[in-house]
This record gives sequence, structure tokens and C-alpha cells, in this order.
Amino acid sequence: MSMFGQVYVKDNKYKLKGDFHHLTPNIPIRNADEGWKLMGVTNPRDMTYIHSYGGEAPFFEALGEGKLLATRCDNPDCEFKGTIYEPFRIHCADCLGKNTIIDITELAKTTSKVHTFMVCERAGAFNILDKPVKFINIEFEGIATILMSYLSVGDPEIGMKVLPIFRTKNPTCTILDLSWVPDGTKKEELPEGFTF
Amino acid sequence: MIKFSKQQLKIPKMMRPVYMVTGGQSKFDRAMPDKRTEELCIDAFTMAAGLLNMSPAELKSYVHTAYYGHFADHFGDQLLGEAVIHDRLGLDPLGNIGVKTGGATGGSTVWEAVKAVASGYSDCSLAMGWERMDEVPTDEGNFLIAAAADKDWESPLGHIYTGYYAVMAQRYWQIFGKAEDSFRETLAEISVKHHGYARMNPFAHSPKKITVDDVLKSPVVAHPLRALDCCLMSVGAACAIICDEKTAIELTKNSANKPVRIWVGAGSHTLRPADRRDMDIPLLPNETADQYKDLGKRFPGGDRYPGFTGFLAARMAVWYGYRMTGVNDPSEDLDLLELHDAFTISDVQTYEDIGVRPYGEGRDYVESGDCYHTNPKTGKPGKLPSNLSGGLIGCMHAVGATGIMQIFEVATHIWNRWGEIHGDEKRWKDFGRKKPADWTDLQVKGAKRGMAISHAGVGSHVTATILMDPDHLLKEDA
Repeated sequence: MSMFGQVYVKDNKYKLKGDFHHLTPNIPIRNADEGWKLMGVTNPRDMTYIHSYGGEAPFFEALGEGKLLATRCDNPDCEFKGTIYEPFRIHCADCLGKNTIIDITELAKTTSKVHTFMVCERAGAFNILDKPVKFINIEFEGIATILMSYLSVGDPEIGMKVLPIFRTKNPTCTILDLSWVPDGTKKEELPEGFTF
Repeated sequence: MIKFSKQQLKIPKMMRPVYMVTGGQSKFDRAMPDKRTEELCIDAFTMAAGLLNMSPAELKSYVHTAYYGHFADHFGDQLLGEAVIHDRLGLDPLGNIGVKTGGATGGSTVWEAVKAVASGYSDCSLAMGWERMDEVPTDEGNFLIAAAADKDWESPLGHIYTGYYAVMAQRYWQIFGKAEDSFRETLAEISVKHHGYARMNPFAHSPKKITVDDVLKSPVVAHPLRALDCCLMSVGAACAIICDEKTAIELTKNSANKPVRIWVGAGSHTLRPADRRDMDIPLLPNETADQYKDLGKRFPGGDRYPGFTGFLAARMAVWYGYRMTGVNDPSEDLDLLELHDAFTISDVQTYEDIGVRPYGEGRDYVESGDCYHTNPKTGKPGKLPSNLSGGLIGCMHAVGATGIMQIFEVATHIWNRWGEIHGDEKRWKDFGRKKPADWTDLQVKGAKRGMAISHAGVGSHVTATILMDPDHLLKEDA
């Protein structure tokens, strides 16, 4: 019986278990207008990638714990020391020094505003968010960058105050564990598995 | 904050003049079940030879190095596709290299070929680009394109690239468009124009006679962008032959093609718009810092640069390109443009980045009628026509070929051969397309200088390719 491919790390090596690909036969493509002559063939692929978050792993782990982490350049020799990044950058864009990880959950709860947004009626293959997807780009006080995420309750507007919510129940360990709701949203309105 | 060092702002200098002598392209379409990619590339190369009245074998004998633009290995499920094409073109054992910069791949490929000739390494280089986006269903195609966004931070949010442009469209519409319906209509007018010009182009994938209302009623993809605001997903190939002066003269001796001088400026910016930090606007020769002092007052919220409304990569590409070539004001110094209209909104954003209009005022380029072949308001020639090919919205977006198609299109005007190439009855017939009864010659009369913008991602890479008739240069030592 097949099982999803699973991976863990031991001695800094990947250990694999389960099925990472599934065999599906090639099927001929034929031309209905010309006596079903051969035009080509399908090439099915069903693969599982093994992806490292590297130095960003603490960010994705923290989402499932209800925390929003960012990074800050603390290099005293950097011209732009003190710059805070969200999205989380492992290294400073200017001096390339290793940034310090900081917790900005409280800052996000008090200063987050929608910079811009869009409502997406269509999606690409493998999308797992409900449609329409409501992208929002969030600006924070004192942070140099603007984070892209999605709104789970209500309709977005530029300048709207929003609060972060976190998938703390069965987190997926992806960026989808972070979402946002309008300020004033009640706990019982949050999507399944999410908490403030 | 991005601050530039003196070294970073060096004006690029080529060691000798570089010319484009010919180019060619295949038919462009949504799917081509009857042709392999190499057949499309051979079609493009054969056309390039034909415009020089040479056989493909004769033209091949001049090629010294080859640069191949192909955006997405995962679309074609073929690594080292460059080696396949090089082999099928019979160019072994010449040196060749693959170039990949997303949507700007075509422009970047020409950039590499130009540098090879400028440096003296080669006297004649081939720049060839292609894409085949018909090897997966459309929703999987959208997934694969969205893989060009940051795969951990952005792609999972819908796996649809249109969404990443739509947030820009929303911000631009509300700040610089002042949330007016008239601005949304101006965006729609761009789509009408580009699908309309595509009707005169036998190569084009999506010729359509449509109205602003049709665009505004087309299905919403990512609000405020609708289906007809978006570029195509195409299959096709395009090429350009880049030479030094001696080779250019020799190759064109039996041809109506006059060698055109070519320069490429290039810029970049963060892959994620999220990472774009506030900075001062790098000024073009026709701008002053004073003119932007009150930008935030005139357009509340518009003072963050480049924010979600400008493309720093495009600004830097022309910052270098204009200074290399002596362009002071593109509207005065150039005769036509081919812009990377991935979406109607990005077309407007680019007008400002390249200095056709100041930041905040891009819509006027369309509303004034300047962007048309014939200004619909005055009936006279448009001041600076753009995307007479139909662009990415009307002609094609076969990604690796797109930038080369745009450069080729500009060159056909400077060669004064646009009408001959696009009006050719045989070509329409060979492509199985019907030439419209109202077919119009879109040749820009007396065109001497033009520019093509090739653009990747949400502005991660941009090239500005400037072409000039060598007898109409703006700067002696360019």
C-alpha cells in the first residue's frame, strides 16, 4: 500500500520513507481531424520535492506557535543598522551580515494596515486557498518592507487596520499558516484551526 | 534604502559599434501540436536569412557564438533545451549559452549577444529565444509561472501571477488613478489598441476587434484585472543577428535591411515587491528632483518610491540606456516603442519608469493619443507609437522569444519594411490566417530610432534595447 513521501533529518542527512513518485503510463495524442494519426504523447509526472527552509525555518515554525518573527540588522558597521525586515531576511541586504531574529507579534497586532490588495477569482493548479483569494499587502510601523499575505474575514480596503491570525491547530508549516482579519473581528469568526 | 555608488552608476561603454542586421520569427499561437520547438526556431532563423536574401547555410557561416533565451525548463520538461536547439540548428561546435531572466529573457539574450560583439569576442552572434507554453493545461501553466515568485512567501498564495500584478493595479488605480472609472477605461483602451494592432500582424496569436466595454465585461481574473487586461500564453520563437560593422555591411549588401545600431541597458529589483524599500527616484535626463517634491501632495500615498506603483528595474535600464545613447527625452528622440504589456497596468507603470510621462501621469500617454500609430483624436501620426505588433496582449508572450520579437518589430520600422513583412499575402496564407479586408500598413513613416522594453517577474529584471539608424545617432561617441 502506498504512503505519502515523508522525510526527516538525522546526522544532517535526509531520511526518506514512503512513495515520492507514482507511475502513470504515457498516452498517445492523436489528431481527430486527420485519421487519428500520431501527434505526440502525454508525459505524466507526480513528484514530491524535498525543500529546506534553511535559516528561515524559525519563521515558519513560529507561525504554528502564534508568533510573527522578523529580522533586524544589528551590525554596528552597517550604514543601515536597525533596518527591520518582514519578509524575514536571513542576511542584511546592505552589509550581508547575519540579521537578528525578533518577535514582532505585538507590533503587528497594533500597527498593521493594508497597503494594497486584490481579490483573485481564479487560481493556478495546486491552489488550496478558498476562492476568491483576497491578497493583502501589509505595512507595519517601523518596518522597511511590506508583507504579502491573505485576508480570511471581510473585504479588504487600502488603509484598513488588520490583525494577524495563526493556524495553531495542525499547522502546515507554510506561509498559509499566517492570515489576517479586520481589526474588531471576533474569535468565533476565525477560520477553523486559526487563533489570534 | 538603496544608495548607489559611483562605480555602480558608471555609464556602460561598448568597445566598438554593434549592429542588428536581421531577425526573424515563427508564427505565434496558443498551441502548436504540429511543430516541435526546433522547427519553430528554424522557421525564425530561415526568415532572418531570407530578409538578407541569403540561404540559412550562408547566414550560419557567419555566426560565431549563440545566445539562447528560454524561460522555463519546467514547461518543456527538457533541461539543456539550448543544446537541443543549437544541435538542430547545426551550429555545433560553436560556443553557446542559455539565458534565463523570466519575462525579460528575450531582452537579456540580446544583451548578451551585443556584449559578445562589443567586446570583440565575436563578429557575429545569434540571439534566439523560444517558449512553448502548450505542454501543460492552463491552470498548471499558471502554477508554473507563479513558481517565478518566491516559492515560500508568495507562490502558495493562489499560484497565480496575475494576482501579484493586481495588487499593483489596485494601488496605482487608487493613488494615481484617483479611483476613477475613467482610469479603468484607459487601461481597457490599451487592450483594445493591442488586440487591434494584432489584427494587422500575421504572426500574432490574438487579433481581436473589441471595445472598451468588451474588456470591462471580460471575466475578472484578479480584481481589478480582467481576462482581456492580461498577456497571452504563447508558443513561438524569434531571433536576431548581431554583428560588428564590417560583418554588418557584408551581410546586408544584397538586402533592403540597413544595419541598425543597437545598445542594451539593464536594471533589476527585488523578486518580491514586499522587499522594496523606500528610496529617492533616480532621475532621467528630462526630469528634475523638484518636479517630484509634491508628488505625495498631488497624489496622496504616492510618495513612496518605487512602492507598488513603479518598476525601479525599468527606471535603471533606461537610466543607463539613455545616457549610453544620448536620449534626452524619449518622446522627442525616439520614433516608436515596444513595451512589455504583461498587463494593462504594467504598460502604464512603464510609461512613467521610462520617462515618456512623469510619475503619476502615465495615463496621459494613452488619453492624449500619443501612443497610437494614428492619433484617434487628431487623425495625425501618433507622437510615439507603442506596441504596433500587438504586444504581449495581442501578439504573443512566448516568454523566451518575447523580448526578441519586440526588438525585431522595432527594427522592421527602421528598415522601412514593416508593411512588406506584415502585409505579405503568402505569409498570411502559410500561417493559415486570413488577412483582414481593412488591413492597414502600420509602418511608422521615417522611423529612425526606437526602443524595446523586456521585463521579468513583478519587475525583477528589465532590459531597454535602443535601436538607431546609424545616420541618425544622437551622440557621436555612442
